[in-house]
Amino acid sequence: MQQNEKLQRIFRDVFDDPTIELEPTMTADDIAEWDSLSHVRLMLEVSKAFGVRFSASEVSSLNNVGDLQALISSKGGA
Amino acid sequence: MQTNIFETLDWLPDAPEDFRQRCRVLAADADASGRDVYALASARLDNNKLRVLGGVITGLIATGVTLTPLSPFKLGLIGTGTTDLLLPPMVASAARHGIALQVVAGHYESALQDALDSGSGINVSRPDAVLIALDHRSLPISTVPGEPERAEQIVEDCAQLYAAICGAVRQHGGAFCILQTLASPPEAVFGSLDRSVPGTLDWIIHRVNERIVELAQRDGNALFDVARLAAVVGTGNWFSPQEWNVAKLAFSYDCVPLYADRLGSLLGALRGKSRKCLILDLDNTMWGGVIGDDGMAGINMRQGDATGEAHLALQQAALELHKRGILLAVSSKNTDDVAREPFRTHPEMLVREKHIVAFQANWRDKASNIAAIAEELNIGLDALVFMDDNPVERDQIRQALPQVLVPELSSDPSDYARRMLATGAFEAVAFLQEDKGRSEAYKANAQRLALKSDAINMEDYLASLEMEIHFDRFDETGRSRIAQLINKSNQYNLTTRRYTESEVAQLEVDPRAFTLQVRLKDKFGDNGMISVIICRAEGDDTWRIDTWLMSCRVLGRQVEHMVLQEILHHARAAGVRRLVGEWRPSGRNDMVRDHYGKLGFAPDGAGPEGSTLWTLAADHEAPRPRMTVIRTGVPV
Repeated sequence: MQQNEKLQRIFRDVFDDPTIELEPTMTADDIAEWDSLSHVRLMLEVSKAFGVRFSASEVSSLNNVGDLQALISSKGGA
Repeated sequence: MQTNIFETLDWLPDAPEDFRQRCRVLAADADASGRDVYALASARLDNNKLRVLGGVITGLIATGVTLTPLSPFKLGLIGTGTTDLLLPPMVASAARHGIALQVVAGHYESALQDALDSGSGINVSRPDAVLIALDHRSLPISTVPGEPERAEQIVEDCAQLYAAICGAVRQHGGAFCILQTLASPPEAVFGSLDRSVPGTLDWIIHRVNERIVELAQRDGNALFDVARLAAVVGTGNWFSPQEWNVAKLAFSYDCVPLYADRLGSLLGALRGKSRKCLILDLDNTMWGGVIGDDGMAGINMRQGDATGEAHLALQQAALELHKRGILLAVSSKNTDDVAREPFRTHPEMLVREKHIVAFQANWRDKASNIAAIAEELNIGLDALVFMDDNPVERDQIRQALPQVLVPELSSDPSDYARRMLATGAFEAVAFLQEDKGRSEAYKANAQRLALKSDAINMEDYLASLEMEIHFDRFDETGRSRIAQLINKSNQYNLTTRRYTESEVAQLEVDPRAFTLQVRLKDKFGDNGMISVIICRAEGDDTWRIDTWLMSCRVLGRQVEHMVLQEILHHARAAGVRRLVGEWRPSGRNDMVRDHYGKLGFAPDGAGPEGSTLWTLAADHEAPRPRMTVIRTGVPV
């Protein structure tokens, strides 16, 4: 499965919204449920699904979906 | 080889494809029933699904939907770190165990204030119980390796902190506490020596746990053994340094579904939802092979054979449950004689006929047989667990009798015992003398039924039982069993009012309350405590019967007539002229709808929520059933 498709499925699941279409420029402002607490849930689910680990600073340094996609790729997440 | 079924809750059937759709429908349904909620909660749900369902349930409760037959429970939560992520999974998982849960969370890292401040959110909400979900990081622990005196002092300080929290919660919130034991983190400083050097973290945690266990046995508190839960998944999985650093999660997010499920089964047990009877299929469940085809020599429960030992392990687990009073029954598509033969003569069979209270081997569909077992034993379908290796049979029972718990099994019998026990279906909050004898009591009952059909008339039959009825006021000795009956009895229960053990203790000294605990013996044995009465004085001359319940084991024995005579005796002695009885429909107590009418009470109008009121003059005379009465130990 393409990274993007997999990531989109996780977003839909975590934020319980089947209409989410991921864009690299998307930020927390674009998804109503995306607050600091659900961000933690998101990162835990992403970490499990892609088999990668994020450091504390990585979790808090992301600005948008594009950053997250790049971070997953840089860790060889599949 | 998959060995860890726990984090993924593998004993539960998969969630339906349209789970989210069903949740949305449920959320919008003002007439939503607890059964619909239970059906969705009973599936294997991950964190995301638990969150969705938990949100739906919380929303329904907030709009005033009662969700019967789920029992309401309001839980305060005092915990370590971020507890917000726990709440929706706790609510959804509690529904799996028959509980409509509301959680009131405390503030971040302010356990003591939440408990001690009478105006704290938790105390003001008047919860039923408060969960003390602290771990070692919230306690006044500093390690002092090799300093026994200071180490003891630290243990003492922790114990006092817990005692202070419990005392304050009781005083300000009117609630009991559910105390979690502490998991010990995997980072060893000395290695194995940590356990023996006073003052290491591991040493302190084990000592504090002993004190927590003691405290949990007092004052109606309860224990949630999180230390063991962490050991089950492994403390290396339980404690996640990343998740603590990033989000202050006291334990790994992956363990939340299991934690929430275990808590749910404990809350269920506190509300009397634990199941009472295990029904086992035979072929390829109790033993390997098919008795009808393979014969006595062909079925496999051989020591030294991997498959045989797997089936023996399930038999052994069933016997362990039997020892603690869980009833065992059989449902099998077989000819009766053929199915019974291994129980009678197979040398390696561990479970024998004497362990089985109901044996249904025939060619009818299993749903009818299981319903027949419930009827024969006089227990509800929601008291049953059914084990069957055949996925078709499992599915049929789940469809036809959704109240029956049917653990999901794999094709490998090795973990049947583990999966059966992992359901938490038999979770207990107390273990009493009566529990041990329960299976005997049910079997003796079967003998009594046999005797009854031979007896010439009812009166002679009852006389032949040589019944001896014991009446005592509530006391410390009976307290646990009284509380257990108050919280477990559903069918023969006039008002279904639930009281905690500490509330029962208060009734012992309440001058405005008259209480009775009733035991019954007969020539077949001791039935133990079988009835509980609470009357409350109203004005100078009236007693209102707040609680009247009876074990269905002694139905048709005229116990209720004898109990009424006892109440009248004490009422007259206290100058009371009138008794007021009340029937409150609970959905499960229809059998006592006309209880008071049959006892000679006159209907006296209706109360709220479909309840009916009844009155009886205290000078009422009725024929006395034939049994010996022992009042506070003295024959009268």
